[in-house]
Amino acid sequence: MEKIIKGTVFVLGDNIDTDQIIPAEHLVYSLSDPEESKKYGHFALSGVPLSKAGLPEGGIPFIESVAKENYLSKFTVVVAGSNFGCGSSREHAPFALQVAGVKAVIAESYARIFYRNCVDGGFLIPYETPVKLNGKIKTGDEIEIDLNNDALENLTTGENYSLKPLGDILPIIEAGNIFEYAKKTGMLV
Amino acid sequence: MGMTITEKILAKSAKRGKVEPGENVWLDVDVLMTHDVCGPPTIAIWKREFGEDAKIWDKSKLVIFPDHYIFTKNPHANRNVDILRQFAKDYDIQNYYDVGTERYKGVCHVALAEEGYNIPGTVLFGTDSHTCTSGAFGMFSTGVGNTDAAFILGTGKIWEKIPQSLKFTFRGEMPHYITAKDLILRILGDITTDGATYCAMEFDGSTISSLSMDERMTLTNMAIEAGGMNGIIEADKITEDYLHERIDKEYEIFSSDTDADYKAKYDYETSKLEPFVAKPHSPDNLDTVRNVQGTKLTKCYIGSCTGGKLSDFIAAAKIISGNKVKVPTFIVPASTAVNKQLNEETISGISIKEIFENAGCVVAESSCAACLGGPMDTIGRAVDGEVIISTTNRNFPGRMGSKKAAVYLASPLTVGASAVTGVITDPRDFL
Repeated sequence: MEKIIKGTVFVLGDNIDTDQIIPAEHLVYSLSDPEESKKYGHFALSGVPLSKAGLPEGGIPFIESVAKENYLSKFTVVVAGSNFGCGSSREHAPFALQVAGVKAVIAESYARIFYRNCVDGGFLIPYETPVKLNGKIKTGDEIEIDLNNDALENLTTGENYSLKPLGDILPIIEAGNIFEYAKKTGMLV
Repeated sequence: MGMTITEKILAKSAKRGKVEPGENVWLDVDVLMTHDVCGPPTIAIWKREFGEDAKIWDKSKLVIFPDHYIFTKNPHANRNVDILRQFAKDYDIQNYYDVGTERYKGVCHVALAEEGYNIPGTVLFGTDSHTCTSGAFGMFSTGVGNTDAAFILGTGKIWEKIPQSLKFTFRGEMPHYITAKDLILRILGDITTDGATYCAMEFDGSTISSLSMDERMTLTNMAIEAGGMNGIIEADKITEDYLHERIDKEYEIFSSDTDADYKAKYDYETSKLEPFVAKPHSPDNLDTVRNVQGTKLTKCYIGSCTGGKLSDFIAAAKIISGNKVKVPTFIVPASTAVNKQLNEETISGISIKEIFENAGCVVAESSCAACLGGPMDTIGRAVDGEVIISTTNRNFPGRMGSKKAAVYLASPLTVGASAVTGVITDPRDFL
């Protein structure tokens, strides 16, 4: 696994529920077909009201809709407030972010099922921040996350922050997903 | 130190004498439930990981209810049901309830209860956040994603962190103008949408003991709206009477020790509560119906696992009976059994279904329907800047199909009263 994640940040508010991450009407597409599953990237975060997308100013679409089939975002790290991923159990939510190119989310807290899905499915890293960062980091800032030291540097401003250690879930993240972890620990032959 | 009901059930499932909050344990799963939205990707992951000759850990413990996107022309949604149908055929799944047959049941959480899968003391996982509903039967139940479900499908096991417990005690008689929906909306207003994250929500007190299984399920159903891992109510005579009509199985009833440890306890005097709404755009945006009465509506909606049970329709019909609705009003029975009961149950000699039809309501077929928006041709789906009052469970932006819509969540009594006037109305005006 990558120990250093560099990327451009997309900033969101509190209580971003799974309907905002991937609206329910899109949950009909295959997640295993490589071509069809790109739809999830295309519609990722399309449920967020535009005025609240890309804070602090808002009005920034996560996916450039110029090219109709575009599924990759130029933003690869999401910084949000509390209770990120609340709502439904749909694993399509972290999957959609992954397809769009997101490597990590940094939020004050997560809803349980979304958090599990990120880790057990190996889609992206859900880091928790002990301090509110969605007021300090701006959409478009370049950041670097150092997984060895649970540290975040805002390369645009030079500011440094500590993230909460990944703790119990680190071995699953390092293994890749819950199946690989279970094989490593002898749970699964 | 004693244990809570949740800790006791999880200890049994983990084959441990004692468990403590914060510990990670491997659980043995009694039932895995899935549906048409998450079933196909779960099956795909299971095959990817266990190979084309993958084996289901125990077919009798797998239950599949197509229920989300059923009455739609959307080809991708229909393909998902085809995948489930083929899977059930290939693997000879007895507990598959196919669309278009007499076995079709409708919304999974209500059907799990009706079909006797909810058994006290057991552990049930489902690929749906509202799987916590089953906790009304004194059991542990919670939602998971496709990967976790695929792991269970192949092994019968899953890791879980033992949750801390929160206790919510309601004392005294339930006023006739409120329902369990008002109780849970009040809790959400008090603790917010992440107030129970990774916690068990235990409900007790004399009010809870007096509630029907339908009403208890409304409470546990919305535990997830507070971020709860599970909602739970100890099984009692009301639970056992419900079970004895449906199953002939042995089970163990668990209860919390008096010296069990709780993260927090909340006490309510039920007679002091009043009809509540959750205003747009969050289930914790609490207000009294009185404070928002007169808000002009474009649609009323009574349905879903939360508010589409028989007791919900009886409550709404009491107010709608003999009146005409002023705005389009959708009646979506959660299950086909509830739909059938609407024909059989009567008020003053008129069936509940006729009461709704005479009032001008649209009575739809059983499914999750517009609770979560769904495909564009879903009945009752929100369009543009509609203002809707609904008995469903979530009102985050876009939940019912339109980001511009404003959705108020309320009890079936409040939605019934509002349907008759066309504006948000306190049910006490009719009762």
